[in-house]
Amino acid sequence: MDSDVLVVDDSAAIRKILQRVLRQTGLAIGAIHEAGDGQEALSVIGQHPVHLVLTDINMPKMDGLQLLASLKGSPQWQKVPVVMITTEGGELKVSEAVRLGAAGYVRKPFTADQIKEKLAGILEPVLPL
Amino acid sequence: MNLEKLITDSMCAATANVFSTMMGQELPAGEVSLETGSAGPNDGVASFIGIAGIWAGTGNINCSPSQACRICSQMLMVEASAVDADVLDAVAELTNMIIGSVKTDLEQHLGPLGLSIPTVVYGRNFRTKSAGQQEWIAVRYLWEGDIFTVKLCLASQERSGHAHAGLPHAYAIEV
Repeated sequence: MDSDVLVVDDSAAIRKILQRVLRQTGLAIGAIHEAGDGQEALSVIGQHPVHLVLTDINMPKMDGLQLLASLKGSPQWQKVPVVMITTEGGELKVSEAVRLGAAGYVRKPFTADQIKEKLAGILEPVLPL
Repeated sequence: MNLEKLITDSMCAATANVFSTMMGQELPAGEVSLETGSAGPNDGVASFIGIAGIWAGTGNINCSPSQACRICSQMLMVEASAVDADVLDAVAELTNMIIGSVKTDLEQHLGPLGLSIPTVVYGRNFRTKSAGQQEWIAVRYLWEGDIFTVKLCLASQERSGHAHAGLPHAYAIEV
């Protein structure tokens, strides 16, 4: 079964790069949706349920940690794995993301192999929507 | 190691790593200098990102329009022949990744720091000036026939003790 993914980043460049990388991973990726910030992500996921969320941290309106907290606090979305893809590599941000329930953490700049390796273990046990 | 060397080494390593990882480009060694005052007239693309915390400052990248297009083409694997929204976005993200990596390196020595959303300017004959008085560390690379510059200024915001705004003092602090 293909996994639908939501990519959240205020940079259109990074969203395009992640779209390309996701298609190159060889993993069973279905629809890829996009959002430019946490608020838009919540709106998109309400219309298009996904199996996985990839999100930046530093974004306007609602940042990635706020989005993560919101998803993990929602009975509907709390089981959706969320992977942080960010320049924020400090221990405080990483530990905060782990505490909030992030399934993974990838630092920018990233390689396609790093993304594939991180997602391979997450997408295998995906449950039906 | 003093802070100036730490920042310089981190800027060089971060720039080389981002170019290599995201664009498949190997940069030659950069030329490092310290700059004071406002920069002269600029042509091209300038990107800025703020750093905040006990230490605060600004990261800056300057490049030519053709370099900006090349950055976009290499990062997004698309043809870019003119500076448009995609090109500016690619330069902004490049700035975010380079200065963000430096920020993460510095946090090990200076404590938690925040990073703003980048702002990109494109035009001719424009000048930029920071309200701060501190010096900038600048690393210049000859890449694709033009000069690509990464700059950073950073100063302590503490009002007590011996660490005050102004890089000559701030950079002398042993870390």
